[in-house]
Amino acid sequence: MTPTTTPALLEGSEAIADAMIAAGCRFFSGYPMTPFTEVLEHMAAKLPGVGGTCMNAESELEAVGMAWGAAATGTPSATGSTGQGLSLMQESLAELAYAAVPMVVLNMARAQGDYWQATRGPGHGDARMPVLAPMDVPEATELTQLAFHLTARWRNPVLLFGDYYLAHTSTSVTLAPLDLPPVPADDWSLDGSTSGTGRARLVSPLGTTKRNERGGYDLAQHYARCAARTEEMLAGITPLVETRDTDDADVVVVAFGTPAKYVRAAVARLRAEGARVGFVRPITLLPFPSDAVARAAAGARVVGVYENNQGQMVDDVRLAVAGATPVEFIGRLSLDGSGFGIAPDLDGGYLRERIEELLA
Amino acid sequence: MTNYLPTDVAPTVGAHLVDDFTPTLLDIGEHNLCPGCGEPIAMRAVLEAIEAIGAVSRAIGVIGIGCYTAFSNNLDIEVLQALHGRAPSLATGVKRAKPETLVLTIQGDGDMVNEGLQEVLHTAARGENVTCFMLDNGVFGETGGHMTATTALGQRTKNTLDGRDAAQHGFPIRVSSLIAELDGAAYVARGAVNNAGNVARTKKMVRRALETQEAGLGFSFVEILTMCPTGWFVETPEAPEYLTSTLAPIHAPGVLKDVRA
Repeated sequence: MTPTTTPALLEGSEAIADAMIAAGCRFFSGYPMTPFTEVLEHMAAKLPGVGGTCMNAESELEAVGMAWGAAATGTPSATGSTGQGLSLMQESLAELAYAAVPMVVLNMARAQGDYWQATRGPGHGDARMPVLAPMDVPEATELTQLAFHLTARWRNPVLLFGDYYLAHTSTSVTLAPLDLPPVPADDWSLDGSTSGTGRARLVSPLGTTKRNERGGYDLAQHYARCAARTEEMLAGITPLVETRDTDDADVVVVAFGTPAKYVRAAVARLRAEGARVGFVRPITLLPFPSDAVARAAAGARVVGVYENNQGQMVDDVRLAVAGATPVEFIGRLSLDGSGFGIAPDLDGGYLRERIEELLA
Repeated sequence: MTNYLPTDVAPTVGAHLVDDFTPTLLDIGEHNLCPGCGEPIAMRAVLEAIEAIGAVSRAIGVIGIGCYTAFSNNLDIEVLQALHGRAPSLATGVKRAKPETLVLTIQGDGDMVNEGLQEVLHTAARGENVTCFMLDNGVFGETGGHMTATTALGQRTKNTLDGRDAAQHGFPIRVSSLIAELDGAAYVARGAVNNAGNVARTKKMVRRALETQEAGLGFSFVEILTMCPTGWFVETPEAPEYLTSTLAPIHAPGVLKDVRA
């Protein structure tokens, strides 16, 4: 699907696939796993038509490896999985950051238990990976485009953090191209053309300096440079956040992703009935919108954090508020028997009760 | 106190360097690998074959993690440094994205057969049009001589001090034989660099493998038995004979498969 102004009824997985292709993605590799599988199906069906390649990798390790190889040739590339598969990829994701290789990574997660994996990862060491968490399918098409922009801009893997609902909900979508600034020219990727010139390119997580005395890498120097690049990247990305009705709020509720849409509706009903309740939704989970959360919390009596896990983002909210306002966790892990994240708790009445407990 | 000669100053008397045999595609000839190591000989064979087939300006090397990684930022071909075990999947991505390139990987036996065995098998089974080289010395050389999946029965390593015992440590894997069984593999050979005759035969194998890729015939693979006197705990001059008596009997040099033959 090319960018269009005509709405189409699309499953989230297909809308994300379309958005990836519209954003320039020409290489995708993956290994089936619910609820990520349909993204792989759509990419396998659609990429060849635009001259791209989709690989059915033999494991998540190979999926990220194949995307790494393609990305190193300057081909916009992506891979993905579900949280467990992302755990398998973590060694590569961390080293991709050290190698300054761009890649978009999808986590079509089960519930929201991968918040720490997403935001504290991507793996070992001091590497970081920006995380974008859409609330619904239309927003996912925009954040997918933003992810490809950010990964090209900062040459660092970027995570799009979705879930079962996002992957499987069909909705009316208009794929509108985002107006994004230009990215730096590609002066690093591999095509063989610099071989034999005396200045052959090197793409390596161990360092980019060539012709060291007697070979070998200077890892201390390289990791120091990586740390500086990471710091620059995190400072250079504007945190995205949605806030509602926080100015006079007695209670502020913070939520992200699909559950945030349910929480927002519950907050809106209470507000319509006169309750002084506000709403904050971090859209970038890394960098976390700490300033916006702190501003929203100022003047509130209590901040409630709703997540469909045992309490993970609540740590970041507490760090943002820095003790100025009490922060209470009001979520819990809510699954059906399949474990995929079809949450009984995502119910307007239940969520309203949890928020009313804070208002009492 | 030992009075070593300075190595960074040309001697004023005695032997002089009359020619520099550094391969064209190597930035600096000096390296920190141990005396008697076979890996530089294998690397030379690969670099010279890239030149010989006229593919330098399309060559991309994907390098694994082992002693040979010391060359990865010292080659004058484009290099994509891989993680331990993962070079074949990276090579797959490179070749699929840029089919006109010549894509080769360098891995050791620990890297390829221990850490990443399924990568090379699947890459071969897919008939991926890349060339993988395995430098096989039967030990993890970089960690100081530990058992790998190709270590010979009876071979002493730092974690098989009484020799590899099948009952305790299992049997060695002949990975070239496994790969040759796969329909996607077009060329499979096992060479060695422990004497001039074997080096000459290995150079032909390396070239033939790269030519197989250039012809678009599918996966090509050369295992190269290399000396590791440090990891074998033998004197440097004894290493070539140790290769013959220890590794070669179970990993027999020769061409296992050649679809062009």
